[in-house]
Amino acid sequence: MKLKKKIAIIGATSAIAEQCARQWAKENPSEIVLVSRNQEKAERIASDLKVRTPDAVITNLQVDFLDAGQIQELIHQIYQSGNVDVALIAHGSLPDQEACQNDLVLCREALDVNGISPVLFAEAFAMQMQKANSGTLAIIGSVAGDRGRKSNYTYGAAKGLVAGYVQGLQHRFANTNVKVVLIKPGPTDTPMTAHLKQSGAKLAPVDRVAAEVVRGIESGQRVIYTPKIWSVIMMVIRNLPHFVFKRLDI
Amino acid sequence: MVTINSWGRLSREEHNVVALSDRGQIQASLTTPGLAHGMGRSYGDVCLNPQGEIWITTGLDHFIAFDESTGRLVCEAGVLLQDIQRLMIPRGWILPVTPGTQLVTVGGAIANDVHGKNHHVVGSFGDHIKSLTLIRTNGETIECGPDQHPEWFSATVGGVGLTGVIASAEIQLRPVAGPWVDTETIAFDNLEEFFRLSDTSEAQWEHTVSWIDCISKGGGRGLFMRGNPADTKDRKAPKAGKLTMPIVPPVSMVNRLTLRPFNMTYYHLKKWQAKRELAHYEPFFYPLDNVLHWNRMYGPKGFYQYQSVVPREVGQDAVQAMLKEIARSGDGSFLAVLKTFGNRQPLGMLSFPQPGVTLALDFPNHGDRTHKLFKRLDAIVREAKGRIYLAKDARMPKELFEAGYPRLAEFIQYRDPGISSGLSRRLMGS
Repeated sequence: MKLKKKIAIIGATSAIAEQCARQWAKENPSEIVLVSRNQEKAERIASDLKVRTPDAVITNLQVDFLDAGQIQELIHQIYQSGNVDVALIAHGSLPDQEACQNDLVLCREALDVNGISPVLFAEAFAMQMQKANSGTLAIIGSVAGDRGRKSNYTYGAAKGLVAGYVQGLQHRFANTNVKVVLIKPGPTDTPMTAHLKQSGAKLAPVDRVAAEVVRGIESGQRVIYTPKIWSVIMMVIRNLPHFVFKRLDI
Repeated sequence: MVTINSWGRLSREEHNVVALSDRGQIQASLTTPGLAHGMGRSYGDVCLNPQGEIWITTGLDHFIAFDESTGRLVCEAGVLLQDIQRLMIPRGWILPVTPGTQLVTVGGAIANDVHGKNHHVVGSFGDHIKSLTLIRTNGETIECGPDQHPEWFSATVGGVGLTGVIASAEIQLRPVAGPWVDTETIAFDNLEEFFRLSDTSEAQWEHTVSWIDCISKGGGRGLFMRGNPADTKDRKAPKAGKLTMPIVPPVSMVNRLTLRPFNMTYYHLKKWQAKRELAHYEPFFYPLDNVLHWNRMYGPKGFYQYQSVVPREVGQDAVQAMLKEIARSGDGSFLAVLKTFGNRQPLGMLSFPQPGVTLALDFPNHGDRTHKLFKRLDAIVREAKGRIYLAKDARMPKELFEAGYPRLAEFIQYRDPGISSGLSRRLMGS
């Protein structure tokens, strides 16, 4: 029998996060805290989880994802009712690269929501997890953060920021009970990538990605590529010499 | 544009795909004419809209509410029957009706008013829907059920998606002790015996269905399977191994060379093993769900399923005649299923089940040769005043459709003008 867990999910309306929540719901958690920007969507997810796991307490909280003060206050509040066992930071949005090149406001928003915001949440959790000397903090990065490419380097740069940040955090918590996990999904079949699918892209099923995320978090892996094949693909891409890389239309 | 197939893999038509994932935003997505599409498990063109728009509903997969004391479940239309079964059976509730696969959506099960092995006891899927939310392309939202706008309900249950997009539904589940089924298999030599077994079993057995050897001489021998929910709870569930049909073989694996030996072996093996046993509900209800992509075994040209129902009075003769035609053709399937429906009038204007006996068979697509056989089968169905199942159909002639579905004119009034499918254009002209 697994111990009951308290789980906090930031960006709970993201498709990967939602599927993870459903997997955790099967494990009979004591509490699931959903944090999001969209109240209506989050309520839909909360009522779904309530049917799946009637014994768990499902909380649904809203916050401004770019307001550092609010974020700190919110995480503090979440810890008031007990320590968090697993925190998953999952929000993000895939911007149009060309639009970011032509509009600095969009560019800024993309960097904020995919880079700065996850780091602020992580830092707020890190503070609490350090105090408690327990917990697993998982952050969703992306394979796009492994090497800047012309087709999505604004998004990739923000995810690269997260990757660098997580490395530091893992170093900081190396000799403690706190675990920090970086998840790098490849292109996944979610509403965020619906336009890619329409143009024929191969996307990984979101429930499979979520199952690997949940398993990876459970085992405290430091970096999870999902589906696993992406660790190989990205190793190749990272190591391609520039004179080859520059010819690729990716 | 994306290529979308239905289960029979008969066409590779391009579709413009729109994924519905937010219940609050469905209306906003229905801007151009289209058709709701769930898992694509129907066989022909009922779930396709070639060269048009498809609204994929599998993202509408949220549970909304469940009352543990009454067994009423409210959920979005893209929830899979599998999700309901796996979540609810351990809690003591089960779907009253399920088709032979649980990999279908609730919306699809309503739109095709699917039936199961227990039709003679509980009717079809629509009989257990307490209400549903229908979203029309003109901006209307209609809540309907047996007691609320029953005419809309009756048009939508079995309405093959043509009355609007089903957004959510309230389903009455049935109490169940656990995941086990008491089963018994009995071999029979001819249709007379089949009907005798049906008649004597239906009062005591909730589930009855038969596999039939469609190419044995004389036709009509088979295996009668019956089952009742078991009281047993604590037993270790079998580990479900997943097999996958990894490739599409260059030719159908179901052919004149393989069919006869398979059917003969299957019949004799099962006859020899015939006994009572306790079965887990998944292999009992969904024997093929563990073989992913089994539809590929029919090769690149795909396959047809031919499912008809004929009234009981002429049932034996009609089924015998169909089996004779099939045996003569040498084509036919591993999967030939025979089942009697209960004596109840269908709820939906276009619902398939009606009192009588239903025969379902798969046929590899051999072009003209297959269509010639279908013509002969059609003639038998027409003569018997039967009908063909829309969820399985890809080719029936318009006049057979019109003869088989007498409430068609009534149904047409409830169609959503912003919705059309391959099947509706073929059989209803738009």
